Amino acid sequence: METLTTIAPTFDVTEIRKSFPVLEREVNNQLLVYLDNAATSQKPQVVIDALNYYYTNYNANIHRGIHTLAEEATAAYEATRKTVQQFINARFSEEIIFTRGATEGINLVAYTWGRKNIYPGDEIIISTMEHHSNIVPWQILCEEKKAVLKVIPINDEGELLMDEYKKLLSEKTKLVAIAHASNALGTINPVKEIIEEAHKACAVVLVDGAQSTVHLDIDVQKMDCDFFAFSGHKVYGPTGAGALYGKKKILEEMPVFMGGGEMIKEVTFEKTTYNGQPYKYEAGTPNIADTIALKVALDFVTELGKNIIRNHENDLLKYATEKMSEVDGLRIIGTAKNKVSLISFVIKNTHPQDIGVLLDNQGIAVRTGHHCTEPLMKRFGIPGTVRASFALYNTKEEVDRLISALKKAIKMLA
Amino acid sequence: MIKMNTSIKEREEEITDEFSLFDTWEEKYEYIIDLGKKLEPLDEKYKIPENIIKGCQSTVWLTSEFRDGRVFYKADSDAVIVKGLISMLIKVLSDNTPDEILNAKLDFINEIGMMTHLAQTRSNGLLSMIKQIEHYALAYKSISAV
Repeated sequence: METLTTIAPTFDVTEIRKSFPVLEREVNNQLLVYLDNAATSQKPQVVIDALNYYYTNYNANIHRGIHTLAEEATAAYEATRKTVQQFINARFSEEIIFTRGATEGINLVAYTWGRKNIYPGDEIIISTMEHHSNIVPWQILCEEKKAVLKVIPINDEGELLMDEYKKLLSEKTKLVAIAHASNALGTINPVKEIIEEAHKACAVVLVDGAQSTVHLDIDVQKMDCDFFAFSGHKVYGPTGAGALYGKKKILEEMPVFMGGGEMIKEVTFEKTTYNGQPYKYEAGTPNIADTIALKVALDFVTELGKNIIRNHENDLLKYATEKMSEVDGLRIIGTAKNKVSLISFVIKNTHPQDIGVLLDNQGIAVRTGHHCTEPLMKRFGIPGTVRASFALYNTKEEVDRLISALKKAIKMLA
Repeated sequence: MIKMNTSIKEREEEITDEFSLFDTWEEKYEYIIDLGKKLEPLDEKYKIPENIIKGCQSTVWLTSEFRDGRVFYKADSDAVIVKGLISMLIKVLSDNTPDEILNAKLDFINEIGMMTHLAQTRSNGLLSMIKQIEHYALAYKSISAV
């Protein structure tokens, strides 16, 4: 009888890197070290091929066409909806609305659900660490509706003060909009607890999953969030293709967003009746090619295994955190216990931008600035940070290159 | 280093000559960083919001004066590389007539390999800086034309 041996799944980063053609390029005469993944991730060849294949083989407008190409394109487009549903474990595929990305998803909720449900004196709760995309739409809404924006404070490690959050909740609270993971600090927020508390106060919760979807297992049913928005381009997919999840019951009652084709059932000059969800929120010809390729990106991640990817990324985070702590004058901004794989930091007496320029000259791509979180930077009393964010294809050797390039930059600026 | 009473073109050439001695990016940037450090700090009274150039990741203050038909610039930044770039711009453009400033081609930026800093995406504002320098020149030109 054959013996069955369990082989632990291995993660061969050298092999995986071969799937990402851009990683072979040189920048300023050095092999690129791409550490700006929290802004956007690079794309594997299969995603690039999917885009190419769509345009060379079955480019057609979807849903209405009767011909073969339209049918193929429609099937591929709707297959992505199914894949997104599974990727975030939504109950129904019609709970998935395609958007350009997390920003559009949040705005969609603000302009539809928000306009219908927010009244003068109502309160919306966000947190200090929100991206501008999860601040500005609510500010606009609050201004229009004479509602009040409340902000959950954080501690010096960059963690939410949960007791303060609970104090902010009241019968006035109509919505809590919170980042699952912070783009500037890396902090993973306890969304399950946040949602539970919000629901006790009968408030609806939107989770901004822009930074979490690529790293964490997303289960919107377990989380019990009412809305979840993410961008495909941060999950190895193309730019301009993302999704908004909304609980079916809420989506059914929500007013439409944009008017146009696709979202209608019947149009006369007297009255228009609308299509059901998700289509009533997808006016006009959508981003067909990129949405189709998004499926390939999500499949790519699922096949590798999020668990295995996360182990690799957490190893990198731990390694980089240790190495950085040894750099003179370096202070990590965001030292929460639970973090996704990114490190924000400042160097004593040095502007982040100077570091960024000198790293780029050494072939290293990082992000510098306020990371669209100006209120958060103000909370820490800094103009911005340098941010190195890691993806599944990054290596310890790349972390070493970052550290030595960083030391060189600091020396040059001293 | 750079003598005044020379034309913009001559001042540009002096910078280009200086840079031609450098073989590596490190030498170039060390030079720029040094210029940045040596730039005369701007008096605190000029560090007001109205003097901040928008569109920069770092804070850049720019102020100007119009004396005897010539424009004089002063600037500062909290980032040293930007400060070095400003320092070069000021050395080239300050103490010239508005027309001379507006007609300057500033080819030296390309010649010394600093063109990437003109890209919008870098958001370090060299481009915004040049625009603001030109705005001042244009404003003084219209004043003196009256």
